[in-house]
Amino acid sequence: MSDLPQILSVLGDGLPDTILATLGGIVLTVVLAFGAGLLLLSPRTWVRGITRVYVEGFRGTSEVVQLFWIYFVLPVLVGYQLVPLVAGIAVLGLNHGAYGAEIVRGAIRSVPRAQYEGAVALNLSPAQRMRRVILPQALVEILPPLNNLFIQLLKSTAVLALITVPEVTRQAREVLIPNFGDDTFLIFGVVFVIYLVLAAVITLVMRLLERWAAGRLGRRPVKADPLEAV
Amino acid sequence: MPLWDWDYAFSILPDLLLALVTTIEITVLGSVVALLLGLVFAVIRRARIPVLDQILWAFIEIVRSTPLLVQVFFLFFALPRLGITLSAFVIGVVGLGVHYATYTSEVYRAGIDAVPKGQWEAAAALSLPRSRVWTGVVLPQAIPRVLPALGNYVISMFKEVPLLLAIGVVEVVNAGREIGSATFRYVEPYTIAGVLFLLLSYPASLLVRRLERRSVRT
Amino acid sequence: MIVFDGVEKRFGSTVVLRDLDFTVAPGEHVTLIGPSGSGKTTILRLLMTLEKVNAGSITVGGDSLSHAPNEKALSAVRRRIGMVFQQFNLFPNMTVRGNLVEGPTRVLGLSKDEANSRAADLLELVGLADRIDAHPTQLSGGQQQRVAIARALAMRPSVLLLDEVTSALDPELVAGVLALLRDLGETTDITFLCVTHEMGFARDFSHRVMMFDGGRVIEDAPPERLFTAPEHERTQTFLQAVLRH
Repeated sequence: MSDLPQILSVLGDGLPDTILATLGGIVLTVVLAFGAGLLLLSPRTWVRGITRVYVEGFRGTSEVVQLFWIYFVLPVLVGYQLVPLVAGIAVLGLNHGAYGAEIVRGAIRSVPRAQYEGAVALNLSPAQRMRRVILPQALVEILPPLNNLFIQLLKSTAVLALITVPEVTRQAREVLIPNFGDDTFLIFGVVFVIYLVLAAVITLVMRLLERWAAGRLGRRPVKADPLEAV
Repeated sequence: MPLWDWDYAFSILPDLLLALVTTIEITVLGSVVALLLGLVFAVIRRARIPVLDQILWAFIEIVRSTPLLVQVFFLFFALPRLGITLSAFVIGVVGLGVHYATYTSEVYRAGIDAVPKGQWEAAAALSLPRSRVWTGVVLPQAIPRVLPALGNYVISMFKEVPLLLAIGVVEVVNAGREIGSATFRYVEPYTIAGVLFLLLSYPASLLVRRLERRSVRT
Repeated sequence: MIVFDGVEKRFGSTVVLRDLDFTVAPGEHVTLIGPSGSGKTTILRLLMTLEKVNAGSITVGGDSLSHAPNEKALSAVRRRIGMVFQQFNLFPNMTVRGNLVEGPTRVLGLSKDEANSRAADLLELVGLADRIDAHPTQLSGGQQQRVAIARALAMRPSVLLLDEVTSALDPELVAGVLALLRDLGETTDITFLCVTHEMGFARDFSHRVMMFDGGRVIEDAPPERLFTAPEHERTQTFLQAVLRH
């Protein structure tokens, strides 16, 4: 217990990278999820095809493999070495964006066809249709599973320890365990608490967003389906 | 220095395939743990025993919401301090199994909740013993419904096995790393590892999707 | 056979049954009528131990149902009671045969042969002998309900509870089920407690009709008297509304 301040300090040194990786990953995930999700609904077969390759490729391979590939193999192929944190954010975004694309696609498709037809009848352009009618309604279906996805992403930031990113897990493994072996249980206890708190923060923000999104439609928020394995 | 050397690629393939067997073994064993333990969790939680339920809920929430890697490290470093020595392989199976059991328990709960209340009542009207209500009426209706979700988690587990390289388990990616570090050529080993995962998990996910479509129709 | 003594049942803050006293003699056929929410179905559910009483007691055949000393005693009492539900509630993961032998083999300890032969006889009785190996989903609503009745009878109950058993059926299938129930009423000495909206059936089948409202028995009389000359005003308005259809 007496080592607690030092433990907290060392783990605290890892927090910035954990948070950066999480936020960076989330931003990239959102961009790719909506981008790829919309492309998956394109009328053009080749556009859907290429997007499908991206989605299935990243969903079908292991995140660790993707991480090692982008960090160790890509530099050999293109001659450009990514900084570990950037490589990590890239993989987090690409991987979770692929899962997110399915969520977005499914949610957009679940908006009743009548809405789409109503928008056409009002002479809205395709972009306006999407932005003003379809997406606001799809958003309510997207946010709960996205909450789960983001928490998955937070948990995945720990894997970045394997490519030397000094985030919380790496700090625990490389710095604390070798030097504070007697406090093993305490160290892991604190680490668990850190991740739980971060997960709670994500959920809090997402719940507020869900309420906002539902409020725009005059509705109450929807609960995520536990059978939708992400 | 060519980007891709086919001869090299084929020469390392056998070692990688051997390591893939380890990956599959861990997946299978981990799945058995996850599928059985998750069911136990779900049934116990349904019984709503006062103190036990809260403890179980807390355990499930903590394990579900924290990284698998941290849990694996925890088992790897903390168990020896309790005098328990297990191989990295076993720790990997236990870590994966318990982690995914927390996911499958939610899936089972959803399946069990979906069984109409009338089924429980009809079983009670026949005075069937509790164990038979579960094994003869409820679970046979709950489990088929959630097989696709369970299948997806098994596939996810398969893809998370490489995490175990952090505690020295020689699965595919670790084998690739060892091979690469000897020759300084990482392109082929890691790419082949990626392809191997894709070759196994993509068809599996298609199968699960087909199962999903079929169960929606019944 | 059945004695309700000062029974009270609450759901949260809503009192569904208050200070309920009534008796049902062995072999009697009693029908409970009244508006929804009046507590009729709750009475059946209390007898089936799907709910617990908040006050008062229930005895069946002289033994306590609401205050049984242990699980074994409770089970012994409850086994005398069978129930047929509005939604049939057949087990979809078993065939008709499976549904019928489940209770007898698992609870009554019958051998597989004995259970099978009893199942065959009962299906003969309900007119579905040829569907013994069919799946519930392959049967019509009326057929499923008849199987459900056979399933309840397979336990050789002394009391049979019928909870709006024809309400979920297509009109043309209702007559078949009611005819079967009338037969059972005449050929067996099972005590029947029914909740139903079928007034014609209630009139033919019952020895007594109890009118419920707000958790209390408003009127309790033989059908000839209750239907033709109801004493209580609430009964009158209820019957007028219902019999109009």
